[in-house]
Amino acid sequence: MSTTPAVPASTPQTEDTAPTKPRKLSRLEKRAIATKGRLTSPWASLTAVILATLWTIPTIGLLVTSFRPEIDIRRSGWWTVIPGIFTGETEFTLDNYEQALYGSDNLAGVFINTFVITIPAVVIPITVALLAAYGFAWIEFPGRNLLFVAVFALQVVPIQVALVPLLTNYNQWGMAGSFWTVWLSHSIFALPLAVFLLHNFMKDIPRSLIEAARVDGAGHVKIFFRVLFPLLVPAIAAFGIFQFLWVWNDLLVGLTFAAPEYRPLTVAIAEMAGSRGGDWHILTAGAFIAMIVPLIVFLLLQRYFVRGMLAGAVKG
Amino acid sequence: MDWLLYPDSPGMKLVVMVIGIGVFVLVMSLILFLVDRPKRIPSWVVAIGFVGPALLLIAYGLLRPGFETLYNSFFNRNITEFVGFDNYEQMLTVGAFQKVLLVTAAWVILAPLLSTLIGLVYAVLVDRARFERIAKTLIFIPMAISMVGASIIWGFVYEFRPDQPGVNQIGLLNQVLVWLGLPPQQFLIGEPWNTGFLIAVMIWIQTGFAMTVLAAAIKAIPDDIVEAARLDGLHGLGMFRYITVPSIRPALVVVLTTIAMTTLKAFDIVRTMTGGQFGTQVVANEFYTQAFRQNNQGLAAAFAVVLFILVIPIVAYNVRQMRRSEEIR
Repeated sequence: MSTTPAVPASTPQTEDTAPTKPRKLSRLEKRAIATKGRLTSPWASLTAVILATLWTIPTIGLLVTSFRPEIDIRRSGWWTVIPGIFTGETEFTLDNYEQALYGSDNLAGVFINTFVITIPAVVIPITVALLAAYGFAWIEFPGRNLLFVAVFALQVVPIQVALVPLLTNYNQWGMAGSFWTVWLSHSIFALPLAVFLLHNFMKDIPRSLIEAARVDGAGHVKIFFRVLFPLLVPAIAAFGIFQFLWVWNDLLVGLTFAAPEYRPLTVAIAEMAGSRGGDWHILTAGAFIAMIVPLIVFLLLQRYFVRGMLAGAVKG
Repeated sequence: MDWLLYPDSPGMKLVVMVIGIGVFVLVMSLILFLVDRPKRIPSWVVAIGFVGPALLLIAYGLLRPGFETLYNSFFNRNITEFVGFDNYEQMLTVGAFQKVLLVTAAWVILAPLLSTLIGLVYAVLVDRARFERIAKTLIFIPMAISMVGASIIWGFVYEFRPDQPGVNQIGLLNQVLVWLGLPPQQFLIGEPWNTGFLIAVMIWIQTGFAMTVLAAAIKAIPDDIVEAARLDGLHGLGMFRYITVPSIRPALVVVLTTIAMTTLKAFDIVRTMTGGQFGTQVVANEFYTQAFRQNNQGLAAAFAVVLFILVIPIVAYNVRQMRRSEEIR
């Protein structure tokens, strides 16, 4: 629930306008600025390349390893596949994935759990937060500012604080471990940030637009769906992707609230890391299975993700 | 109705998911329908319809548990007996717990500083470079990977094989040591450096965040300022020191504090890579251990409260810096 107060309100705009502003310069001018502005160029490029390599190699190592036969993984490092390609010794296989997905770890089933957990845990908080953000932004009621500040302030409360009391409740209701409690928990924990962010986006919509609709006799519900909703689609997408990645990658909530048969991928992989520490063929394949969906979502929708992140910094 | 609560096949799970969303949509529609009467009803009734569900959920799921945890932190392990500040005292006096606080401090100081530094340098280096987009994506990708996934990735980098003839290292870092003629190391076992190797994973994840926010801030520096500074003879490092860094100061503060808070609350890396053994335990993981392994509810609550207390100075610093930068403007 951590995020950064107040600055997010202004960051989205700077992010939006920033890339376009320099683009107004002609291409030639831009080049000129670019070449002049570089730090001592060859060293700068070299440093950048080294950093990029350092950041990429561990993931590549995992990916390559996950496709190597188990016996090869035990005998030699993944980097030996490169000379191995020329000597014909390198072998690739899908066995690890087959074993991880359908073997005793049954990650295929766990994958479905993750999916079942994630979709409602994204849809529910966004909807609730959208309505609340509208209420805070466009409906006058006593105590509005005070309540909004309270919601905003609750972003900094670590979710650890809430875990044990919530779990006790769920046990009393006889619902502990079910998907319902996982959805509920994720939704609650997402709300302060979601309300705050969407409220900021909503405040940016010109007042005249809403007043015009009001003059035409539209009620709040109609204004919300007809006028605001279409304008907010980019903001919803930004937060949606953000929340999707957060829930999909979450360990703490899944570990605490989901029963073993409903556990998500993160929990399963973390357990495998503990119980079968040396079985890198399963671990690498499993980790990649857990990573693939967020990676695809991220690479396809990077623009929205960056936007959501710049707007809300990071939740944790 | 048992299957609705505890479905036992993948198909039923998906059905339950659809039902869950359906129920939710139904409830929300009902609320909106009730407050959307054409007749004049006071605006606060409408407001309850819109704001109510969120406030109710937050009050139930964050506020109330927060107070309950605070209350519990003054009780013994089964919350049966009031013990005053004993749990907190234990935390500050028992050696093992002191160490947990110390290790946590190392995380909260090192991870934000180093990821921000690397992210800033990288953002400046690739700004307006030819392959800017790809270069940024490469650094940013770890943000999309879960901390558990990152722990597996790095656990494999750190993997150790005994130093015997005929045994090849399969972890990259140890292989590098071997190539350099050095003996391989058990990176995750030797104190205190193992904490450093765990923090490296957090830096690997958070640098992308720092870089993205800072790169956006750098792009927002007006060209005329840069141009004027250049005419005054500023280049390279001088430009970085006197123009870039002061201009993006607010963004730097946001990045530092955000990463500090994320780091403080994250337990995934420690739990997955060492399980808190070998002197790597942090507050967030100690909370989990006490709450769900040791079943010491009082102490666990105290650790959760400490987590919250530690966040406050970070937030306060953030707010103060924000005020200050607004005054300057």
